[in-house]
Amino acid sequence: MATDTAGLVKILEAVAGKISENREFLTELDSAIGDADHGINMSKGFSAVLEKLHSQKIDDCGTILKTVGMTLVSTVGGASGPLYGTAFMKAGQAVAGKSSLDFEDFVTILDQALEGIKYRGKAQRGDKTIIDALEPAVEILRKEKDCTDKKAAMDKALNAAKEGVEYTRSIIAKKGRASYLGERSIGHQDPGATSCYLMLQAAIEKIKEMSGKGC
Amino acid sequence: MVGIVLVSHTPKIAEGTLELIKQMTGEKVIMEIAAGTCDNRLGTDPVLIGEKIRKADTGDGVIVIVDLGSSIMSTEVAIESLEEPTRSRAAIADAPFVEGAIAAAMEASFGKGLQDVKMPPKTRGV
Repeated sequence: MATDTAGLVKILEAVAGKISENREFLTELDSAIGDADHGINMSKGFSAVLEKLHSQKIDDCGTILKTVGMTLVSTVGGASGPLYGTAFMKAGQAVAGKSSLDFEDFVTILDQALEGIKYRGKAQRGDKTIIDALEPAVEILRKEKDCTDKKAAMDKALNAAKEGVEYTRSIIAKKGRASYLGERSIGHQDPGATSCYLMLQAAIEKIKEMSGKGC
Repeated sequence: MVGIVLVSHTPKIAEGTLELIKQMTGEKVIMEIAAGTCDNRLGTDPVLIGEKIRKADTGDGVIVIVDLGSSIMSTEVAIESLEEPTRSRAAIADAPFVEGAIAAAMEASFGKGLQDVKMPPKTRGV
């Protein structure tokens, strides 16, 4: 299981496509407990990302991810800009100079993305944020780094992220605009955790599709 | 003189605050506004914030007053991506927006240094 820079761009296109498909859904979730702009902001950011990636050919996976991060930071507008932006930039640093990525790099990318989000947002698990979806997935991937069945490991991680999204329904928001709602934020799933799950889902589906049976 | 950058989700917040400040300090202080996104949505833009910090830095540093949420993270990103020496003499004030901005502007107009402007007496609870 390995991908070159063209493959990485395909994965990012799939992520951007998923965000665009779910634009209304994410905004709807955000209108319940936030400022009703998550879907709009994220799809603005990712269409700028696509434009940027298609306007130049980058032959380094680290630079591609860094470009995604910088574009998100400057185009999203809401808190998800600095958060996802920092995540992609930190992930890019970790694979700087690589012209292809393997499963171990994929784990490193998500691990560093999580670190970036924690550093930027200063949130922790249980605060009803992106971290509630991303951290459980990263924990599984860290454990399964040397596994033989990588597809199964990715499915397991994705499932953990999904459970994380479900978990955000049961807790009070401690960060972001939703935190002003206090207990009234209970019962609603977090838009950030949801967009994170959707991005993971798109990336994993694409990786599995590209690797075919040769995994 | 320490420069001040007001970062808010909409220009209206920062412009209204600037109006209040100018009532007290006239045109004496160095004030910049970085509000809203580049396509006029509600939100904040780290690139714009970085430009305004550079513009407000005349050698004595810059204090950034932020409204809420993403304005803090966007400003952190902006400061981290600045060149030295501006980078180490730019700081975010932990203060309420309107009152913090007025207090900081007063201190700056008195010619006070970065630390005093960052934590003016009014927001130190003095």
